[in-house]
Order: sequence, then structure tokens, then C-alpha cells
Amino acid sequence: MTEVFGVPVAVILGQLMLGLVNGSFYAILSLGLAVIFGLMGIVNFAHGAFYALGAFAALLGLQWFGINYWAALLLAPLAVGVLGIVVERLFLRHLYKLDPLYGLLMTFGLALVIEGSLHQLFGASGHSYSVPARLTGAFNLGFMILPIYRAWVIAVSVVVCLSTWFIIERTRLGATLRAATENAPLLQAFGVNVPLLVAVTYGGGVALAGLAGVLSAPVVLVGPLMGNSLVIVVFAVVVIGGMGSILGAIVSGLALGVVEGFTKVIYPEASNIVVFVIMAVVLIARPAGLFGRE
Amino acid sequence: MQLKTLRIGLAAALATMLSAPVAFSAVEDVVIGDIDDLSGTYADVAGTGAVEAIKMAISDFGGTVLGRKVSILVADHQNKPDIGASKFREWADQNGLNMLLGGSNTGVSIAMSKVAAAKKIPFIAIGAGGASLTNEDCTAYSVHYVYDTTALANGTATTIVQNGGKTWFYLTADYAFGTQLQTAASKVVEANGGKTLGAVRVPLAASDFSSFLLQAQGSGAQVLGLANAGEDFSNSLKAANEFGITKKMKPAALLAFISNIHSLGLETAQGLYLTTGFYWDLNDDTRAFSKRYFAKTGKEPTMDQGGYYSATLTYLKAVKAVGTTDPDKVMAELKKTKINDMFAKGGYIRADGVMVHDMYVMQVKSPQESKYPWDYYKVLKVMKGEEAFGPITGLCPLAPK
Repeated sequence: MTEVFGVPVAVILGQLMLGLVNGSFYAILSLGLAVIFGLMGIVNFAHGAFYALGAFAALLGLQWFGINYWAALLLAPLAVGVLGIVVERLFLRHLYKLDPLYGLLMTFGLALVIEGSLHQLFGASGHSYSVPARLTGAFNLGFMILPIYRAWVIAVSVVVCLSTWFIIERTRLGATLRAATENAPLLQAFGVNVPLLVAVTYGGGVALAGLAGVLSAPVVLVGPLMGNSLVIVVFAVVVIGGMGSILGAIVSGLALGVVEGFTKVIYPEASNIVVFVIMAVVLIARPAGLFGRE
Repeated sequence: MQLKTLRIGLAAALATMLSAPVAFSAVEDVVIGDIDDLSGTYADVAGTGAVEAIKMAISDFGGTVLGRKVSILVADHQNKPDIGASKFREWADQNGLNMLLGGSNTGVSIAMSKVAAAKKIPFIAIGAGGASLTNEDCTAYSVHYVYDTTALANGTATTIVQNGGKTWFYLTADYAFGTQLQTAASKVVEANGGKTLGAVRVPLAASDFSSFLLQAQGSGAQVLGLANAGEDFSNSLKAANEFGITKKMKPAALLAFISNIHSLGLETAQGLYLTTGFYWDLNDDTRAFSKRYFAKTGKEPTMDQGGYYSATLTYLKAVKAVGTTDPDKVMAELKKTKINDMFAKGGYIRADGVMVHDMYVMQVKSPQESKYPWDYYKVLKVMKGEEAFGPITGLCPLAPK
């Protein structure tokens, strides 16, 4: 078998593929964070909790109301997004005048409350969510067996990331959003309802986390702490990409998934810190992140 | 400015008041403590269910011993050894703690056993697996009650090797428990003529196991040894199914609890071999206890939760027998009395602290074989305590070979 640096090519390709799957989750999650930070200046620590909520919404929707995966893919992010808007209206809007630290503390507390409530209601053990019938089975790629569902995750992620990027960078709505971050009072003077815009932005950002939650439900057990360790990694991804940079979040999400995948082969013990090592290096070399503006 | 300082001072004072021990008559009560993972990955293995089991044991005992009320203290160690050890020390110094029950996590339990030795307080480790607790890390006050890595390996690994699973690859949780479990299992595998082809150390609470599983598959081994626990075990088995790895490799759960099987579902878990110290549906005694437990919690008890009940009762019986909570007298009594209850028949605590009792090698039923809720296991083999826990190793100075 052909080898590169003593590692068989088949293994490298396999890990590349798996890295892309994990990177897809990182990308969708960090995208949501980047949107919220870039447009609102809020460091949303509750992102992991909203991710878990998305997965629970899919799970409970199925168990209680018989809502299938396909409907959940739409409804769960919607429900999470609406909850996000409520949170923004009730709590976050009072904090914009203050230091960003307050937003961080607020959302951190919110994460604890959400995860604690889920733990109280559903226990710490995860719950199984089946892969939808149409996506069961696997592709034989020659170098590896790729479950169809994982390929689906990559596809959804790419479509969602590109459309979000397109909406924010290339449409009139996106232009209005960006204008709101530059000069909110002026935009308001033009008759745009800025508070509504901000609330919807937060809702949209957490809806992305909810979507990632639904996507991951068939892959891992659905449990209250599923977003807990993930959110820290995703923050590192956002910092590496450049706080608030949409493109940076997408590219670094996918790339770091792949880097992490290779670490799992070369030195598995380091696979949970490699992202943070890269973050430290990036912060020293380019404090604004790879795609950030100084 | 002064007002602000005053407010901060007041807040600080209030905070100290809230965290200070609740003012109860600690001296008069017999105080049993429980330090466990109550909010993390192992919270359903023991957790609040175990607290319920302690309460059941105390109330079955009559609520008092030597005319003193039996009370409970509970804390969450968050899987951090320093938190577990400092909470134990605090209770020992301020709350008149008489005995500590330790929940999941070997690392935390090792730290707490050091405190047990220093404070001379009996410490019954329930949820931890690491056999080092009764070997290198043993103390005169430690008891290891439900299972250990040696017994798990002797049960599951022996059965699989004897059924033809000769070559192994391990997915190992990268901390004390995982590495001890892997070492114990590979010893057993090699002693039975099998071979270890490789292992990968996986960080605790990894979000994805597929990369590690592909490495396992690449090794060409017949058996996938899962030397991990809790959600890590469940998620790795789930992914192994998804990637079709379980078709080529036989998965071996070196530690699985019924709560894991319940959340995975029989479709995914069927055929799995595992070793357990207790199963709710073994006999009339276990069923009677489990029925009462189920009424309170809505779940069947895990082996740890069963062990919590039994250990509490065993301790209280010992206190009653010697007529004092004096730690040395209680420990001496614990080590000379047979344990007979719904958890163990003829169990006994050895000089090194191991509670020697029968262990059960189980296979998970298929969905067709399962006839009623929680009907998950069939008993493949009942291992006598001596066979399961093996001979005294001599590593613990209290128990020379």
C-alpha cells in the first residue's frame, strides 16, 4: 500500500473524511457564534446549551408528537431560534451598553440553567435517536466505509454555511445587518427597526446551533452535556478564524476538524488540546485571527 | 465608594454563611457522606439514584443506630480529585463524618483514600473501578465494594478469549481507570493465549470516536476492547455500529452499566459481553429491592446503586455490632463479618480491602429475546468471588501474599 510518512494513504484519506465531518459541526456552530459576535458584540457562552436544546427538541418532538427527522430539521432550529429571540428581548438587550463581559456572564449563566434543567428533567445518560431510514447504510469509498448519514452532515453543513455567508455578505438584508453594527442610531433614523433586527440576529445565530444539534442527534447520544465540551473547542475555532469573521469561522471550522482528525492518528492523547495549541500560536502571530481585521 | 465596599463585604459574608455547614447537631448523629459525580458523564451510574439507595438502607435499618440518628451528606466531585478530597477533609473536620461512600471515578477515589488514611475514616469505594485502590493505593480504612478492573477483566476478557476472540485492540479512556482496565484485560487475554494488537488512548469525553475506531479496524484484531465507561462507552459503541465495525470485530464492554444499555437500546447493544456485580433480575431478593427502588426513581438500579444500598447497610450493621463508631473497631468488624443481603451472598472484605463476592458474566439480549421492560441480560456464567477478584497480589502492605 502507498504510504506517506509511514502512514498508509487509505488511513490519511479516511481521517480526512472524518475530520471533515467533525469540521462540519465546528463550522455550523462557530458560524452561529461569529454571526452573534460580529453583529452584536455578544460572546455567546450559551451556544453549547442551545446546541443540546436543538438535539432535545428533535428527540422530544419524535417521542411526544411523532415529528420525524426531516420536519425536526426545520422545526427544532425554529423553536430554538424563537427561544433565542425571547432570551434576547428579556435579558441580553439590557446589556449592550455595558462591558462585553456582562454578556459573557449572562450567557454563561444561561448555559448552566439550560443544561441543569435538561439534566434534572431527563437525567445525565444520553438518549438514542435513530438515523432516519433514508440515510441509513454506508458508502464504500474503497479506502473506508463512510456511513451515508455522515456524508449528509457534510453536505448540509456546506449548504448552510455558504447560504449564511451569502445572506450576510451579499444581500440587502445582510447589508442592513452590517450597517446596524457600524452605526445603529443612523440606521434607525432611516426607519429600520434596529432592536428587532438584533433580536432576529441572535435568534438566527442560536438557530444554527439548534440545527447542529439536530444533525448530531443520530450521531451521538442526546444528553444535557453534549454541548458542554464542544462549545470550548468552537470558541477556539472562532478565535482562530477571527472573532466575527463569517468566512473565517467556516474555513477554520472545517480545517481544524481535519487537523484534529490527523492528531487522533499521530498522537491521540493530544487530540483534545491540539485546537487550543493552534489557538495560542495564532493569537501570538496574528492576534485578530486568520481572517480577522486588525 | 464606602457603600460599595460595604455591599461587597455583606455579599461575601452572606456567601460564607450560605456555604457554611448547615447547623445540625453533628456530634450526635452518625454521619454518612457520599461524594460522587452528580452532574457529569457518570451521574446516572450512581448519582442521585445512589443517594436514594442510601436513604432506603438507612430507613430499612430503622433510621437510627446506637440510639443516634443516621444522617447523610452529599457532594458533587465534578470528576475532579481535588474537589473530592477537600470536601472529604471538610466533612471530617467540621461535620463529624463517620463513613464516606465514594462514587464514580478512580482518580477521585484515589485522592479520597489518602484523606481516609489521614483522617482515619472508613471509606467504601463503590463506583470506582481501578484495582489500585486495594493494591498500590490501599489504606487500612479503604474498602472496594462492587467491582474492580481485575474482576471485569477476569469476567469479560476470559469469556471472550475462550470463545475464540484471540486478538485484541483497545479503545482506552486516557486516565487511571482506563489504563488499569486495559492492563488487567491484556494480562488476562495473554494468559489465555490471546494477543494484544494495539491500543489507542482516547481523551475523556471525546466528542467523536470514529477516528479511533478506524484505527482499531485497521489493526485487523478480532475483538474491540472498550476500556472506557459512561457516555464514552455508549458513544463509541454507537459509532462502531454506524461504521459497520461491529460486523467485523466483536465489541467487548470492559465496563458497562445497565443505564448505558438502557440508553443505547438493545438494537445497538445486543450480543455484547459484559461483567457486572449485580443485576436487578437475578433472584427474588434483587427483584424485591429493585421493585422498591423503581417505585422511587423510575429506573432499575445499576450495580453501583445496588452496592450503595448494601454498603450502607453493612456499615450500619458493623457499627451496631461493635457498639461504637470508632473507625478501627468498625474496620475490624467489617473485615471479619460475612455479608449476606440482596447484593452479595457470603461476601467478605479481605485484608487488602476488596469485598470478595460473586460476579456475573452477562450477554446483552437481542430485542426478540427481551420479554419485558429492562429485561436486558442473560447470565452466561456466575464467577465465584475468588475467581473474579483473583488472589491477593501483595502490592498492598496490609495484605502480604
